[in-house]
Amino acid sequence: MTNRNDPPKNRFVGWLMGEENPLDDELELIVSTSQQEGRDVLSLEEAERQEEAEELRREKLAIDEKSQSVRIHSWAKHQGAHWLETLYRIAAVVLCGAIIFFLMTTVVALPPFGAENNPYNNEVSQRYIEQGIPETGAVNFVAGMILDYRAFDTFGESTVLFVASCGVIFLLKLNDHSSGKPSRAMLEAEYDDRHHEPKNDGILQFAAKLLTPVILLFGFYIVLNGHLSPGGGFSGGAVMGAGLILYLTAFGFEDTRRFFTYKMTRWISCLPLLCYAGMKSYSFFTGANHIPGGVPLGTPGAILSSGFILPLNICVGFIVMCTMYTFYALFRKGGM
Amino acid sequence: MAFVQNVPFLCIMVSMVSAVISSMVPARIARWWTVFLSALVAALNVWLLTFLLQTNESYTYMMGHFPAPWGNELRVGILEALMTIVFSITILASALGGMDKQQSQISRPKQNLFSVMLDLILAGMISMLYTNDLFTGYVFIEIMTLASCVLIMARQNGRTMVSATRYMIMSLLGSGLITIAITITYSLTGHLLMENIHESMAALHASGEYEVPITVVVGLFFVGIGIKSALFPFHTWLADAYSYSTPSASSILSSVVSKTYIFLLIKILYRTIGFEIIQENRVLQIMFVFGIVAMMAGSIDAIGSNDLRRMCAFSSVAQIGYIYAGMGLKLEAGFVAALYHMLVHSLAKSSMFIAASALSDVSGDSKRFSDLRGAGYRHKMAGVCFSVSAMSIVGIPPLGGFISKLYFGQAAFAYGGAHQWIMLLALAVSSLLNVLYFMRTVITLYRPPRSDFQLPEHRPSRRADIAMCMMTAANLLAGFLAQPIVDLISRGLAMFV
Amino acid sequence: MENFWQVMNQHLDEIVAVILFGVGFTTLLLHRNLIKKILGLNIMDTAVYLFLASLGYVEGRTAPILTDGITSAEKYINPVPSGLVLTGIVVSVSVSALMLALTIRLYRRYHTLDFDQITLMMKGEDD
Repeated sequence: MTNRNDPPKNRFVGWLMGEENPLDDELELIVSTSQQEGRDVLSLEEAERQEEAEELRREKLAIDEKSQSVRIHSWAKHQGAHWLETLYRIAAVVLCGAIIFFLMTTVVALPPFGAENNPYNNEVSQRYIEQGIPETGAVNFVAGMILDYRAFDTFGESTVLFVASCGVIFLLKLNDHSSGKPSRAMLEAEYDDRHHEPKNDGILQFAAKLLTPVILLFGFYIVLNGHLSPGGGFSGGAVMGAGLILYLTAFGFEDTRRFFTYKMTRWISCLPLLCYAGMKSYSFFTGANHIPGGVPLGTPGAILSSGFILPLNICVGFIVMCTMYTFYALFRKGGM
Repeated sequence: MAFVQNVPFLCIMVSMVSAVISSMVPARIARWWTVFLSALVAALNVWLLTFLLQTNESYTYMMGHFPAPWGNELRVGILEALMTIVFSITILASALGGMDKQQSQISRPKQNLFSVMLDLILAGMISMLYTNDLFTGYVFIEIMTLASCVLIMARQNGRTMVSATRYMIMSLLGSGLITIAITITYSLTGHLLMENIHESMAALHASGEYEVPITVVVGLFFVGIGIKSALFPFHTWLADAYSYSTPSASSILSSVVSKTYIFLLIKILYRTIGFEIIQENRVLQIMFVFGIVAMMAGSIDAIGSNDLRRMCAFSSVAQIGYIYAGMGLKLEAGFVAALYHMLVHSLAKSSMFIAASALSDVSGDSKRFSDLRGAGYRHKMAGVCFSVSAMSIVGIPPLGGFISKLYFGQAAFAYGGAHQWIMLLALAVSSLLNVLYFMRTVITLYRPPRSDFQLPEHRPSRRADIAMCMMTAANLLAGFLAQPIVDLISRGLAMFV
Repeated sequence: MENFWQVMNQHLDEIVAVILFGVGFTTLLLHRNLIKKILGLNIMDTAVYLFLASLGYVEGRTAPILTDGITSAEKYINPVPSGLVLTGIVVSVSVSALMLALTIRLYRRYHTLDFDQITLMMKGEDD
């Protein structure tokens, strides 16, 4: 503020020389030019005096700046916010209206719903259905499509789960500082957990005891029958994960830790992913180089059939199960 | 089939597998493995590129036992190989240059997860560059989005968290639009493979059917990918994300991730929808306008910022504007210029971000200009690298940025009409603004420091020096070898469709 | 008018999907609470899956799993959209998990879920 009367040219030079920004007029911080020039010829006292003055000036500027920013913020809070808010809301509604309008006009021009001769009921889906059984051995055509015809997409999809679980670990996992002693955050999380979650709830524990094996078994059944009936690795894995979560809710971390530690979960989600990558690399490589795959397809409809689809489903099932369990444990306590 | 043709598939699989393994090994091994892996990818792709130059035709690679419309497919050409080489070198330099910072800024038990994310970005980048399938593209867009969100918030403080949240919200909006676009495309054509879509689209275009849906599809793809690559009005997440995250993250985000999305957009426009349809479409006009506005607005924001890395971030917005404006010219020359600019800018920006972090290291860990005075003397290498990259972006003659601006100008002349003058004017004004803020930065770096300045304690990073030098040398090379590179790009574009 | 209703009938699913998409989009833009934003995102994703799934449907056909040993494309609906929806759902689960984790961290730091307030508080911090 001290330099309000400086000619604009100096301001530009100052800005060019890397001083603070002149664009926000109110908040500028321009060092006076006298201090810039002739620094070498100053005597010691003078330098000290100048430094003191400089310090005072800076303090004053800081206070000024603070009051300015408080003023701006309070304005933004009381008056500006109101206007901006209204404006933003109107703009958002208009934008949404525009998007709905455009999509509506598009959708109405699309081929009619459920008609037989639509462009997408073409040779692609025809081959998936008519050649599906001889080519993949899967009775469930969708399983045959996602795990054999378009397996690369599905591999990417499993990797998405892997990335998400890594990201959640990155954000929420509390670290024990390798000395073996739990950190303060961990103790707090432990306390929170004990405080908010039901402990030794008789009804829950009885139900969990009864239901967990059934749920796990059912989940595994869905995984194993992925190529024969609706289901597969993703849905079956989610069911198995739900079973584990139920057990964890009923009995707490001490019980699950006996068989499901953090390291173990990581291994169970990484190893299947590696197996998946190995199997698919084999079939991609042989397919692209026109080498026969040599994987027996078995009798369609039998449980041991359809080549790689069954092991792939099992891998996916384990990955999904572990990811679901990891999500729950980390969200609840930041560890296992 | 020659063995070298397996290279794209091998690169994708090896980087995916190394991502999984990296999550289980100690952080030090994982870090060095990322560096080695990106070098390996670059070397393998150089081999592939020499092969492609000999045969001079692109080929498709079946992912599995089933041919085109049924199975997934990769498509390999000169352009894709060239892009992969440059981007993997950029990842190499960013991983190496930010390695020391990574160690100090990320909590120790989580450091290997950072390397996992770098590996996945590499895998996603290669897959998105090579894929010939729209849906595979979508899946890898999502992988890339999640991984870059983790990169942004790897250094965990309030700013990075908030900007990561903002980034996620914005880019999920983008994903939603892209999925709808893919769905509509599928319902019009019944295919997900780019070439088959192109055939059906051409037939639809010839018969004049579904004109509105096709336009909307182009628009949705443009807006969706525009949001993800931080085109001007959708860039609100970018400034904090680039300026507060760890240097490897900002360097990779600005130079690889956003460029890969744009490459996918080029692929969608050029190969999937088809160039003939695009040329008659009005959406590209909008793209041109957005690009021009971004060129201006990004530069103005850069001038208004008092923070070195924030300035670099806004300069990225402006440069992305150049790329979109070049594409909006609807000419092959415009696309060539845009692609060359992508390469040059990715080289310059990565070295700039690494140098910026080195410079703020010797200035008491501050990025403010007032503290950066004299930083160029305190860290000579970083000062030189930063200045060279800045000159390249400004467009000083022998450097890459100048050549790309030249090509943009030529493309504009070839287009003629009002576009020509708008583009030339925008180029001139934007270059002037670039000169302003970069000159100010360079002058600041080489001014004597404040009298009360004391050199703070810092650990010089030899790895960052190597990385900066490498990228600066690559940048100089890209300028000197401009003609051959542009020839390669136009040859690649010719075999692109 | 009759024509209008005919068109509506032909595209009922898609129209509902578009409206849902709009609802999700608006929720995302208008709410300041992060959890509600995530809900909006999920509604949006679901709308896209409804759109996608309705593409696969063909009048009078059954699910694409072998029944009675008939392998004719005349009997089953299109399996492609089902597979795509599956992929989409997995992606949206992962994304929601990551967003929720971010929300938890932000809440722990700022003790609020209001995104505008969080932004304001963040600007107050010097970092």
